[in-house]
Amino acid sequence: MILYLARRLVGVAGVMLAICLVTFTIFYLLPADPAAAACGKTCTPERLAEVRHSMGLDEPLWRQFTDYLTGIFAGRELGEGPHALQCGFPCFGYSYEYSLPVWDLLTDRLPVSASLAFGAALMWLVLGLGTGIAAALRKGTRTDRTLMVGAVAAASLPVYFTAVMLIHGVVRVAGVLPYPEYAALTDDPLDWAANLLLPWTALALLYAAMYARQSRSSMIEAMAQPYIRTARAKGMPERAVVVKHGLRSGMTPVLTIFGMDLGGLLAGAVITESIFGIPGVGRLFFDALQRSDQPVILGVTLLAAFFIVAANLVVDILYAVVDPRVRY
Amino acid sequence: MSTAPTTAAAAAGDRAADRAGEPPLLRVRDLRVAFPTAAGPVRAVDGIDFTVRAGRTLGIVGESGSGKSVTSLAVLGLLRGAEVSGSVELAGRELRGLPDRELAKLRGRRMAMIFQDPMSSLHPFYTVGEQIAEAYRVHFGAGRRAARRRAVEMLGEVGIPEPARRAADHPHRFSGGMRQRVMIAMALACEPDLLIADEPTTALDVTVQAQILELIARIQAERGLGVVMITHDLGVVARVAHEVLVMYAGRPAEQAPVDELFADPAHPYTRGLLDSLPRLDDDPGVPLHTIPGSPPSLLAPGPGCAFAPRCFRAAEASGDVRARCEGTRPDLVPLRAGRLASCHLPLADGPSGRPSRRPSDRPAGGLPDPQDPTPAPEGTR
Amino acid sequence: MTVLRKGSGRPRSERAGAPADPEEEAGRSPWRLAWHAVRGDRGACAALVVVALLVFMAAAAPLLSALGGWSPTEFDKTAVDPYLGGLPKGPLGGISAEHWLGVEPVTGRDLFARVVHGGQVSLFISFAATAIVVVVGTAAGIAAGYFGGRVDTVLSRLMDLTMSFPSLIFMIAMMAVAQDVNRVLLMTGVIGIFGWPGIARVVRGETLSVKHREYVDAARAGGFGAWRIVTREILPNVSGPVIAYTTLLIPGMISTEAALSFLGVGVQPPTSSWGQMISEAVSYYETDPMYFVIPSAFLFLAVLAFTVLADTLRETLDPRGDRA
Repeated sequence: MILYLARRLVGVAGVMLAICLVTFTIFYLLPADPAAAACGKTCTPERLAEVRHSMGLDEPLWRQFTDYLTGIFAGRELGEGPHALQCGFPCFGYSYEYSLPVWDLLTDRLPVSASLAFGAALMWLVLGLGTGIAAALRKGTRTDRTLMVGAVAAASLPVYFTAVMLIHGVVRVAGVLPYPEYAALTDDPLDWAANLLLPWTALALLYAAMYARQSRSSMIEAMAQPYIRTARAKGMPERAVVVKHGLRSGMTPVLTIFGMDLGGLLAGAVITESIFGIPGVGRLFFDALQRSDQPVILGVTLLAAFFIVAANLVVDILYAVVDPRVRY
Repeated sequence: MSTAPTTAAAAAGDRAADRAGEPPLLRVRDLRVAFPTAAGPVRAVDGIDFTVRAGRTLGIVGESGSGKSVTSLAVLGLLRGAEVSGSVELAGRELRGLPDRELAKLRGRRMAMIFQDPMSSLHPFYTVGEQIAEAYRVHFGAGRRAARRRAVEMLGEVGIPEPARRAADHPHRFSGGMRQRVMIAMALACEPDLLIADEPTTALDVTVQAQILELIARIQAERGLGVVMITHDLGVVARVAHEVLVMYAGRPAEQAPVDELFADPAHPYTRGLLDSLPRLDDDPGVPLHTIPGSPPSLLAPGPGCAFAPRCFRAAEASGDVRARCEGTRPDLVPLRAGRLASCHLPLADGPSGRPSRRPSDRPAGGLPDPQDPTPAPEGTR
Repeated sequence: MTVLRKGSGRPRSERAGAPADPEEEAGRSPWRLAWHAVRGDRGACAALVVVALLVFMAAAAPLLSALGGWSPTEFDKTAVDPYLGGLPKGPLGGISAEHWLGVEPVTGRDLFARVVHGGQVSLFISFAATAIVVVVGTAAGIAAGYFGGRVDTVLSRLMDLTMSFPSLIFMIAMMAVAQDVNRVLLMTGVIGIFGWPGIARVVRGETLSVKHREYVDAARAGGFGAWRIVTREILPNVSGPVIAYTTLLIPGMISTEAALSFLGVGVQPPTSSWGQMISEAVSYYETDPMYFVIPSAFLFLAVLAFTVLADTLRETLDPRGDRA
């Protein structure tokens, strides 16, 4: 187990390093010039060269990359001389747009994105799995068909369409909820939930539809297994057959997808956050794009990759807990 | 479809019941099962009657698709999405029409079943101890500890070494034979009166097969179980069955006490099955005897005997008689003492043609079965 | 040989007592099977009709907009009301005999022409990206499965790595940072890069299971080269799942293209795509709802129809249907 974990962690580190390198190279090769962005509109060529030098952009790629990596683990000094900035561990660069270290920006925005992701995840799990399992147990009936038609339709609705419709219906027409404006959980939990309810719903509807489809098919497959017949043959009540024998194996495939989806959302639901104006990581990323704030773009990309890789690892470990056949 | 087979078999069953003074353990009358498909109903079982008494074993033999497994599932009420009709009586109590909740109380408790593939029939995520104990808890309302004790006890009874330790293992850590023992322990944990074994040894090695059959026989003797042994392997039938029901295309072909069936088959299909068994005194160069043709579609059965197209008796018969085979469905009727057959042209009493054989020697050959492509063992050639 | 290959590629489903559908028994090509499945399902039939119409619309976009009388970039100031902030004149966003689906606010560009041309862009990008994914994924999957060993290790690592990329974030970043390039082609490439591992895994698994079937061994024993075995023996046998997976990819590709364009990093005006049109219409959803609804409806219909079709095909061609 410990050996397996160690091996996996080394693998994770390798993947992260590779992602880092690829991302860095692509941004290096792409024609956008972060120095120009940092320098501002009234920039003379001399000043630009100065900025390029202070940002280390005149260095070769490998040099910039190793500097960046060193910064992540040990912190580093950005620029030279009197203008030098101390960027402590873990240094993911410095946003000239916000005049803040990227790491501070990320940690600042992360709770917002996490609020959105976890709340939505809870909603879509309840809604999606409930629908999927109910449909699976009524396979072939009218209920099943109705639920699945609804699911496929909901899965085809783009999240921005749903979001606009929700704002229109709930906020403008019905006036039940305020226009979403993020409030921190620690300040006022009720306010937090009320403001996030619409974004949660918009996001959850899409995922719930996908999870309903997925959980239905894996539940049907699980209920068709011979061991379900065995459970019935030994006289287990149907409820126990479904809950104890069916769900345990039927929900295992869903676990994988859930890990990936949640990991993907933690680093920001870019579209949802943009539409609802939620100041999460996705919004940070989107704003950084408009202003070519490259350290931030790179930082968010790495954070997102980290969450996906970490989610993968967690899912693999959970899998071994759920399925005793999985060996380390 | 006529009701004659019902009355005939019922009459035989009633006679037995009269002798015993009480209803038989299991009595199945005119059981029919159809699966609705887009192309119409598939008549998987089409009028089956049989009776099982305590302490006795009924062997049901047939090729894949002859309806033997479907029959057993129908008895337990485990068929979903199928149209079932007829009567299934357990110790005089009619099971057909019982709500599933009531049936569930009987399943495992009064009648239990073991399946062909013990790997996929055990839940991979739960320990074998848990899987045995849960049924005991459901049926007897026992506590966790008592149920676990029972599970360990049962594992010991079916011959699993170190049962207390092994109860905590998951199914994938057992060998095929051990898994089938676990299945048997699970089936018998609640002391049922009837055990239906659906090809319990098909997925196992030959030596393990024998052990499992011996185990079932021992427990049967100890507890007076009624057993339905479903198999395509005539060798298994010869070893364990008292009565044999031969099925073909979802219909009964012949029913007889085991010795008489092997000594003197009345139905040409039974005859063909026995002839296709390899024997030690066969000429090594001669290919194995087979029944020509393949089983008919159950989707649109013809009006006549299902076996007629493959039947050597019908082929040899004159036009009139053959027309009867192809045009009228034979009923299962008493032929000779204790012998029922559904055939217009039953084979005469006494040995005729190739001498019949009884595959008492291990290892036995099997029927042609697509699910079990194991060829006849080399030693028999 | 041929008969054997077709027969063994799709094991006959055998359930106790229920013999396989007689029509299933004959060896059939995946396409014929798919056609048969779609024919037998009313929803799938409707989806097929919608898909056919959309594809026709995309292919004949210039023709259709000429028929409508407007080019997608042509301004019509007479159709909008300058005193109402440039809102279209007339009800329902200016729907009239002149402008079949109304006009854009402010510019007065013909919505029918823009939706039709936008569909062309959306479908072109999704189809082309799907093609990249399928070709790369199938090639990688077969190579990994058939050759095994080091090839498999390297390719599998590459799949893991690609799957660990935060694809949407990465796509957005690349699209945003890149300038002065053909955005349609760039977007096709960017979307295509991240999709291949999924199909590669499916194909790899199928290849592994087919690799040691008798007919492949026979071909190998017959002295045929790897290329011939792969193209003649392996490829036909993995084609079912590949087709199923391909149709399953398309709705996702359409959504991704729309999302990128919605965020403003996809195709740039004056070129239109559905996502880009929705993005521009968001601010008008109250004053000119039709402007918002029309491209949304096309996007929704396209994704829905492709999904329904994909579901039907998957059930027929890849009954195990594991999502990769």
